Formats: sequence, C-alpha cells, structure tokens
Amino acid sequence: MDELPIRSGDDVVRVRQHVRVMAAENGLSLVDQTKLVTAASELARNTLVHGGGGVARVEVVKSPDGRAGVKLQFSDDGPGIADTDLALRDGWSSGTGLGLGLSGSRRLVDEFELNSKPGAGTSVVVVKWSR
Amino acid sequence: MERVPIVKIGQTLFVSIQVELQDESVLRLQEDVADELAATGAHGVIIDITAVEIVDSFIGRMLTMIGSISRLFDAETVIVGMRPAVAITLTELGLSLKGVRTALNADKGLEILNGRS
Amino acid sequence: MEADGTQVRMADYLRDHHDKVLGRWSELVVIGLRGRTSLEEVQHELGELYSLIVRVLSAADDHAAVELRAALDEMSRSRALNGLTPSETALAVFSLKEAVYELVADAAEMVPEFLAFSRTVDDLGLRTVEAYTAAREQIISDQATTMLELSTPVVRLWDGIIAVPLVGTLDSARTQLVMERLLEALVATGAGHAVIDITGVPTVDTEVAQHLLKTVSAARLLGAECTVSGIRPQVAQTIVSLGIEFGDIATKATMADALALALEHAGLKVVPALWSGYRS
Repeated sequence: MDELPIRSGDDVVRVRQHVRVMAAENGLSLVDQTKLVTAASELARNTLVHGGGGVARVEVVKSPDGRAGVKLQFSDDGPGIADTDLALRDGWSSGTGLGLGLSGSRRLVDEFELNSKPGAGTSVVVVKWSR
Repeated sequence: MERVPIVKIGQTLFVSIQVELQDESVLRLQEDVADELAATGAHGVIIDITAVEIVDSFIGRMLTMIGSISRLFDAETVIVGMRPAVAITLTELGLSLKGVRTALNADKGLEILNGRS
Repeated sequence: MEADGTQVRMADYLRDHHDKVLGRWSELVVIGLRGRTSLEEVQHELGELYSLIVRVLSAADDHAAVELRAALDEMSRSRALNGLTPSETALAVFSLKEAVYELVADAAEMVPEFLAFSRTVDDLGLRTVEAYTAAREQIISDQATTMLELSTPVVRLWDGIIAVPLVGTLDSARTQLVMERLLEALVATGAGHAVIDITGVPTVDTEVAQHLLKTVSAARLLGAECTVSGIRPQVAQTIVSLGIEFGDIATKATMADALALALEHAGLKVVPALWSGYRS
C-alpha cells in the first residue's frame, strides 16, 4: 500500500500520476484507467478543498475470482459531510457539472464507500477491477 | 507554474494544452483567454485537448467557463481533439460541456468558427 | 497437519495393496469408458492420483493436498477436452471406492477406515465436477464477450456519416462497448454524423433510453451529431408513456430517413441522375 499526502495542487497531480501507473500495471483498460484516475482527481481535490488536506492510500487488491483491482482511499480530518445521502444524490444528467464530485466519482468506479460525520472527517474508499 | 501559451492566427485564438494542468494554471488560462479576447477582439477560441488524458469536473468547468467568457466577447469557443476515453468518462461523470462546441480536430474547429453566421 | 488415525491406516493399506487396488481401479475405469482409452493410459493417469491420495491421507506433507487438487483439475480438463462428460470423470474417481471395497469387504476391522475413505473419495469426485463447471463458465463468459464485440459493428454510410446498428439488448456493458467503438470510429473516419439504429433492440425502457442518451452525449463531445433511427411504432408509444425525453436528439423511423437527415446536415442532396445518352 502506498500513502500519498494531499496538501497542495501538486499533490493532486502526483496522486493522479501514481494511480495512473498502478491502474496500467494491473490490467485496467484505457477507458477504465481514465475513469479511475479521473475519480481519483475528483476525490483528491475534495480532500484538499473541502477536507483541508489529507492523505490518499493506493493498494492493489485481488477479487475472489482472481482479477486484479486498484483500491483507493481518501481520508481527511476536515469538517465532514452532514448529509451524505444528499451529497451522493445527483443522478446522471447532462448537467453543468456543479457539485458532481462524489456522485460522479461513484459512477466511475466499481465499488464506492463514503464515511463521514460532521466534525469527524471524511473517508472515501473506491475500487476498480480489471475485466 | 506552467502558463499555457495562446497563439493568435487571423481572428482565432489557439490554445493547445500539452501538460497536466495544475489548478493554478487552469485559472490562469481563463484569465489569459479573457485578456487576449479583450485585447484582440478575436472571433473564436480553439482549445486543443488532444494531449489531455484526464478531464475532471474542475477542468470541465474551466472549459465551460472559457466558453461563457468568450461569448461575452461575442466570440465562440470550440474544444477539439477530445480523446474517446475522456469523452466516455466525462459522459459518465455527467458533464456535457454545454455552452461550448466540440470538434474532432482544429481543422473542423475552424470550419465551425468560420461557418457561423 | 495432524493426521487422522483412520486416514493413516487407510493410507498404509493402500500402500500395501498398491498394485492390486490400482489395477482393479484402472480396470473399472476402462470398463466405464467403454473402450475409449487404453488400460496403460488409464493406469498411468490413475497411478499418479493414487500416490497423491496416499500422501494426503498419511498427511506426509502439506503440498500433497495442493498437488492432488491440481491433478484432479487437470484430469477434469483433459477428459473434458476428450469429450467425456463430467459424470464419467467423477464416476472414474468414485470407482476407487469400489476397487478398495472389493478387497476390504471381508475385513470387518477396516469398516471405520473405509467409511472415512469413502467420504474423502466422494469429495475428490465432486471436485472434478466443480472444475468442469468452472471451465465451462469461463468458456461461456469468453463467448459472451466475443458475441458482444461481433454484434457491435460500425459501418460507414457515406463520407462523414457512420452508423451503428444495434442488435439485442442495450445494457450497461454493451453501452460501454458501443461508446468505445463509436468514438474510435469517429476519430478514425473523421465523421461528423452518427446514426444509431435501434431496430434490433427489443425493448426500449428508461434504462435503455439513458444508455442511448449517454452514447449520444459522448459522441457529441467529439463534435459529432447523432440521429437515433429504427423507432418502431410500439417503441414510440412505450417511450411516450414512460415519459422519456430525447430532448434535442433527432429520432427517425428508419435508417434511410436518418441518412437523408444526415446528408441534409452535410449540405448534400440526392437527386435523379440525368441520362445524357452518352456512351463511352
């Protein structure tokens, strides 16, 4: 497992590059790589902007039927999200893109888990599997 | 900080994004395009993203905003060269980049700019 | 790994009566195969299994169990390749019990050992069936992928106009493939117009409509305009009753209509050729 700090815009770029390498090395298709890195970018940016900075953890995982996958965790000790349901609510629509970070990222990955409480920080864990 | 160069050819501003843009550079680009449009009165902006591998909602918003800014200067913006993987991801993300035209390449982008009445 | 006393005793018994049991087992298997394999081949294959089973029962080493599983999987695989049914393979394994039983039938003291052994062999036989099923599922999965790819052709209708005739259900896996194919074709041909024909899509519900909208949205990001054709009357009624909105996406009944529209957008028109009477 690799741990990367998210304290600046440069860190966000670094997280993207790292995730890209991991995704490519573990057999994800080009489209899937792009989706995962884009989700990572959204979530890392959230961590930086809304969470006041935090950390990203990148890990290679294996599914029960032997496929490789990349697991990402973004955590911060920021203010937390009061209403996680609301934050995830956006359905797919051809919208203008405001506030799509979480719900959009969820559509880009295979597994998505959000844990957040006001005052207790936020943790988002996502997994994308190779096919 | 990387500054994305803006090249003026005829009545069109060409912006070619070659590197992974940091947030600051993105915001800087918006300002620079606005400055150039105001200074030159160009009729169109072509933003070439052929080399861009990742477009997240932040970059997407930037592109849409450049579109809105240029309209205020009575100019039109065309985004060209989007990669299929990026287009699929943006669609999944729910971003349609409303307010900007898109084209496969700079040539077609120019056709759009010149074709408008 | 602690060895079970009964298992160790059975292991010893099998070792002591190796040739007799193996010979009888091979005979039974050959009979079961009705002459499709020779006694030598069978004896060779079963001989390896036999040694592994003895090793596992005597808990001689931890590797034995892994090797035995691998050997059973291989047996299942090669027999399947040779056209034998999974039952035949499982029965071949089960007949080891019969071979042993014939010898211990009169030895009352071996009853507990035999019962435990019987259960063990049952598990081994079932394992070959599981291996067979897993292999079939892999084949089905591979075929599904191939079918998916074959049923998503992209054709060029005219300069700058491509078409994707969809046949079959449009689920999210298919949509991903369609989007990739369509976009790659747009880049490769430089087309500015795509016709997505859904004549072959049996049902259009809210989900399918969303997939179509996504596909059009993606194509538009590459500067292409899209027309959805092949809207059948019943489909049109379903779409309206479900309240699905196609927004600003043009829809047409037939691909011909969609082609005409695309040509119009391209500034082209189809007119009768004038026969000038010129002969070359």
